Amino acid sequence: MTVAPADLTLVEARSVRQGGLLTYIRRHPTMVIGGVLLGLMVLTAVFAPYLGTVDPQALSPIRRLRWPSAQYWFGTDMLGRDVYSRTIYGARVSLTVGISVALLASGIGLLIGLVTGFSRWTDAIVMRIMDGLMSIPSILIAIALMALTRASLQNVIFAIVVADVPRVTRLVRGVVLTLRELPFVEAAHASGTGFFRILWRHIVPNTLPPLLVQGTFVAASAMIVEAILSFLGAGTPPNIPSWGNIMAEGRSLFQVAYYIVLFPGAFLSVTVLAINLLGDGLRDALDPRLARRM
Amino acid sequence: MFAYIVRRILATIPVMVVVALFVFSLLHLSPGDPAVIIAGDTATLDDIARIRQKLGLDQPLYVQFATWVWGLLHGDLGISIFTNLPVSKLIAQRVEPTVTLTISTLIVSVLAAVPMGVLAAWKAGSWIDRVVMVFAVLGFSVPVFVLAYLLIYVFAISTDLLPVQGFVTIGGGLVPFLSHLVMPTLALGMVFAALIARMTRASMLDVLAQDYIRTAQAKGLANDKVLIGHALKNAAVPIATIIGIGVAALISGVVVTETVFAIPGLGRLTVDAILRRDYPIIQGIILVFSAAYVLINLLVDLSYTFLDPRIRY
Repeated sequence: MTVAPADLTLVEARSVRQGGLLTYIRRHPTMVIGGVLLGLMVLTAVFAPYLGTVDPQALSPIRRLRWPSAQYWFGTDMLGRDVYSRTIYGARVSLTVGISVALLASGIGLLIGLVTGFSRWTDAIVMRIMDGLMSIPSILIAIALMALTRASLQNVIFAIVVADVPRVTRLVRGVVLTLRELPFVEAAHASGTGFFRILWRHIVPNTLPPLLVQGTFVAASAMIVEAILSFLGAGTPPNIPSWGNIMAEGRSLFQVAYYIVLFPGAFLSVTVLAINLLGDGLRDALDPRLARRM
Repeated sequence: MFAYIVRRILATIPVMVVVALFVFSLLHLSPGDPAVIIAGDTATLDDIARIRQKLGLDQPLYVQFATWVWGLLHGDLGISIFTNLPVSKLIAQRVEPTVTLTISTLIVSVLAAVPMGVLAAWKAGSWIDRVVMVFAVLGFSVPVFVLAYLLIYVFAISTDLLPVQGFVTIGGGLVPFLSHLVMPTLALGMVFAALIARMTRASMLDVLAQDYIRTAQAKGLANDKVLIGHALKNAAVPIATIIGIGVAALISGVVVTETVFAIPGLGRLTVDAILRRDYPIIQGIILVFSAAYVLINLLVDLSYTFLDPRIRY
């Protein structure tokens, strides 16, 4: 990392101003597609009650397992609940989990990464622990934590954050170790800038671009992990409709009513795809050196 | 070289110690009394006392840890609460389907993804490259169980080409064995293949820009010789690394894939254990999977010297 990523964002910003919005879209089509898709999904989650939905928990035993029709857009499940409403409300759970995990894991990872990047003896201990945790597949960490606690949205978020922190920490630590040897940090130090000021003004801002890119991928994987946990029966409690829950309930009926699994599955895939496209675009924009390779 | 191997093997010990500490402390980190949690909501006081005694939870913490580690070193992973059988025995019974599925996925993914990555890098910017990159992004985005259900719909429900679910050992005949393995392998392999294809492409792009590739082409060497003999050989180390790291994704995927296809492997054992809160089994499975992951990455590290003779330790 010989070029400070902050300078690169400046270059990027200027090219937007010069070429206008259209050039920017032409240059980063996937990022724009990802952003638009994700934006639509966020709007769906926020305005779920106004999108022609009914109460996602409302039971209607006489209208069980109806196929998708004009009245029930995505059909009804084995308890007569409207799959369309459940899927739309499910967006709330997935996005809440994705965003919360990304923010929490990035925040905690940044903090631990900064400490380990500057303190040799904590580095030795903390990184051994992180190495150990990273050798446990993250799904298993989350499953283990969920099996111990009661099913709730907070616990799902907590379990996934624990599993994701080591990777973020390793990233931040790597960036900090490179940054602290760079001339501009040395210059700040030589001109008498205090440690915390250097940390806050020079180190932290430069960890943000890679952290932002990593954060999008953490959000995408967190949404998949939440769906997997719920699908396996160790995630979001059944009284909250989430995409994983809906799919778990439709599992045994797949051969007669595959639409129950299909719609939440499609929503989940599209949302994760949108975040991945956005993340790829961000990486291309913020780290051209890496972008050329991937 | 020998000294390096010894050092690298010794370096796995602290990692496994952390894994063991994590697994052990899980029960004690949880809010509340682990015996009460394991016993569940309908337990009587007698049940709780019985579980507490069975797990040794009435002993001091360091005694518990020492006894537990001593057992581990002798292959004793504890006793399942629900079935009362040794966890090591339960795991041994379920290993075969999981190992079979993992190995078939590894082979299929590597055989499909490496050529895709090589082609994409060679024809960088062309439609082949685009197709491979689209495949890679989709591979990361479509969760394994969504893909699994799509495959079931296409190959088992609407066309009846493959069995919907289940597992047949190789002793049950080659055709049933393979036909039951096709869909789980494809579903599980997607993420893994996407990962490998992407890394192969990136690594090949780096190598193809080198002077010795231009030299090889200039002296009239055939394309396949340049690509495989010169380029892929030099691009192999990062590819091997990502295969090792990707095994973690494979292990996560196995748990889900086995659930969807009703394969009686370690993944099913895990899910059953979660639903019954059979904690000794969950602990045992985490240990076994993590040990496998650490071992595979150790082998990958050691393979570097064979892949690239310039690497000397």
